[in-house]
Amino acid sequence: MKIVVCLKQAVDVSQLKVDAATRQLMTASAPKKMSDFDKNALEEAVRIKEKNPGTEICTLTATAEDAKTVIREALAIGADKAYVVNDAIFKDLDTSGVAEVLTKALDKIEDVNLILCGETSLDSFSGLVGPRLAELRNIPLITSTRKLSVEGDSITAERTLEEAYQTVQAKLPVLVAVTREINQPRIPSLMMIMRASKKEIVNWTLTDLVLEKAKLASRIELLEVQAPKTERKKIKITGETPQEIAEKLAKALIQEGVVGR
Amino acid sequence: MSQDIGVLIFSEDPNLTVEMLGKGREIADKLQTGLAVLIIGSNVRQNAAEFVKHGADKVYTAESPELERFTPEPYLETLYKLVLDLKPEMVLVGSTRNGKPVAARLAMRLKAGCVPDCISLALDEQKRLVGERITYGGNAIARITFKTKPQIATVPSRALEKPAPDDRHGQILRLDAEKSPSLVQIVSEKPLGTSSVRVEEAEAIVSCGRGLEKKEDLKLLDAVSKILCGQVGCSRPLSEDRKWFSEWIGLSGHKVRPKLYIACGISGVIQHVAGIRDAKIVVAINRDPEAPIFEVADYSVVGDLYEILPALKEALQKLLQQ
Repeated sequence: MKIVVCLKQAVDVSQLKVDAATRQLMTASAPKKMSDFDKNALEEAVRIKEKNPGTEICTLTATAEDAKTVIREALAIGADKAYVVNDAIFKDLDTSGVAEVLTKALDKIEDVNLILCGETSLDSFSGLVGPRLAELRNIPLITSTRKLSVEGDSITAERTLEEAYQTVQAKLPVLVAVTREINQPRIPSLMMIMRASKKEIVNWTLTDLVLEKAKLASRIELLEVQAPKTERKKIKITGETPQEIAEKLAKALIQEGVVGR
Repeated sequence: MSQDIGVLIFSEDPNLTVEMLGKGREIADKLQTGLAVLIIGSNVRQNAAEFVKHGADKVYTAESPELERFTPEPYLETLYKLVLDLKPEMVLVGSTRNGKPVAARLAMRLKAGCVPDCISLALDEQKRLVGERITYGGNAIARITFKTKPQIATVPSRALEKPAPDDRHGQILRLDAEKSPSLVQIVSEKPLGTSSVRVEEAEAIVSCGRGLEKKEDLKLLDAVSKILCGQVGCSRPLSEDRKWFSEWIGLSGHKVRPKLYIACGISGVIQHVAGIRDAKIVVAINRDPEAPIFEVADYSVVGDLYEILPALKEALQKLLQQ
């Protein structure tokens, strides 16, 4: 079985700084990392491989920048081979363009039985690429996946819906988008990191894929990205004793009309 | 009477459909066009009149016993065919776990753009749809518009104001449900814990984070939430790491909008804050005076939740009795 895990190098949103005056995000200087959800997808692939010997795990990344650190980490966690499509024009891709690039790369990788990706990405948080990719490839799509098992050519998954857990089945090839609840990704040991340095990284550019440029045109236009205004009152409640503090707080909440009738 | 349909709304969740109808009506009026709703399922026609009252000019119903449960392929196919037929300017889809992927697939099929999880929708001067969404883990709001049509946006629950019903007239039309084979078979469903569902409805939420030491200590929160007729919630670590709750409040979990949110022992990472941005009043109780939660709180108490919560319970009890 061949599994491809789609990996995004994302802005580490926990280290993102905001310019207080303009409320602009300083994304250019923010550190990057493997999108958390994709790391769960990779971990799940490794667990499937542990139960299904002979499985090959490839990662696939479309990026406009250097993603070597993220790719090396993925190989250390347990991927066997990495495919990277790198082209400067990818910086303007929307989710439609990303899906078009990924599907062409998947055609080139060949014989893929299972595509795994994160439910959404850490930074843009769209959650559209997986479903778009499944649609382009006309294969079953399973999203919001919290449990996964593969038996033969069939896959069983448990999904988290708004009010229920739903168990579903489909025949491979399938695209599965996983949530963060599915597993706890391993931290690679020094040995795993050393071993990863011998693994193959295949580098492609746009010219290696048979893809018309028109398909990469963005369907959306980003008008503005700005930190939200925080309009909280920031009133400090202090006192000599917990009772005094609690009383002041209770009175304030009653005054606000958010307590009682 | 034949009228162009400029705005088409679809969700399997009737409440969410009604929420989208308010903004949908406003946009349709500005575009001087019609507003339609698509309902898919089994025995769903009963909702049609309600949707007309809330603003729809036309309601298309595609009913079939096999469509009782959300099965992506026939649902997508039915929506796709109707979009081809009506050629609307925009399609608004409820951003549920099942609905959002269908919107994404519809967009791919139509080579169209999709803006997911819009917390607000508006038209710009060129009458293009502009959606606002939370991005960068809650650090920012992005305003996004479209270069192609139809403009497809998904809208989460409780993002848009529910319109008031009105005495209006509209057409209710039957549509053939598409019978495309389902690529994914549903085997079974089991309900989630009920608390997680109710937290989004709650008017008051007392929520805890890593600062709560033992699971038994949840009774401290319970006591306060009971007085407030509210619910107890948590931040992600208590659900993901400690498994005390099946669901959490935050960007990747539940987004809540209570009148009162009391964060106890929650540090306030940006993802959590994104889940409570619509709370009317936020109270933060934390021992660490540097905790980021204080930056986004209306009332801050630097102190031990183990001392403050019991005292708060007493104080509320006393004052509310008066």
